[in-house]
Amino acid sequence: MLKSALGGGALFGFGLALSTMIQPHVVLSFLRFQDMGLMLVLGGAVVVTFLVYRFVPKLLRRPVLGGAFGMHDSVMDRSTIIGAAIFGIGWGITGVCPGPAIAGLGAGSWELLYAIGGIALGALLQGLTAAREARN
Amino acid sequence: MTLFPQGWTHYLVGGLTIGLGVGVLFALTGLIGGMSSVYSSTWSYVVRSPYFRQPRLVKSRAWRLAYATGLVVGAFAWWTAFGDGMRVAVSIPPWQLALGGVLVGYGARLSRGCTSGHGICGLASLKLPSLLAVLTFMATAFITANLLARIGGS
Repeated sequence: MLKSALGGGALFGFGLALSTMIQPHVVLSFLRFQDMGLMLVLGGAVVVTFLVYRFVPKLLRRPVLGGAFGMHDSVMDRSTIIGAAIFGIGWGITGVCPGPAIAGLGAGSWELLYAIGGIALGALLQGLTAAREARN
Repeated sequence: MTLFPQGWTHYLVGGLTIGLGVGVLFALTGLIGGMSSVYSSTWSYVVRSPYFRQPRLVKSRAWRLAYATGLVVGAFAWWTAFGDGMRVAVSIPPWQLALGGVLVGYGARLSRGCTSGHGICGLASLKLPSLLAVLTFMATAFITANLLARIGGS
């Protein structure tokens, strides 16, 4: 399982680097309507993933290495939208999202460690406050 | 005005490769590979509060770290094969990366997904909550990035 995750992640990271999505200024130029490339990246990734999610479970009864095919967890509540709004503000400030922040390290973009630190801190705050809500 | 001043093939091929990575993970293991969860699941190694003790995080933390390590390996492979020998420098100021990063991490985990979790895995699963999340974060990101550009941020 770990080797599969490593291999799948490596393809993901290669794609992020090839598509220049590891470079925050390219993402920001999309968000400022100067270069629509991100739409092609997202569109291409969604189409391939859609086909795999749709047809692989029909071709194989179970995953190649065993277990069962998972489903994307989907919950619709206020947190889904409020969280997305907050994430978008941060994305608009930095041009960095969680995957590319990590992938960029492989191309020597060590400045992204600041973003990774921030994202990790944000995730910690979210987990700690979520725990408090659950207890009350 | 051109839609793709830098050309478009690397965007499309890169996007297809990303989808292939998510697809390989799924075909081999059945796992759904969004990226923001690794920031929560990795905390579960050291933080003992109830949220971080959820089986969902504890059971997935090892493969999520391997998946994240793969990201670095893949980008390094690209850099080795196609880079110009110089590292890819990032010109966004550190405080902006760190501060924006906190919002990215908090928001993505609250929403239970980011550009890959909602954007790729959720849309590919035809999930309405993910579509609404994507439209929401695209909207606030457009507004924020354009406001910052107007007041002279980088």
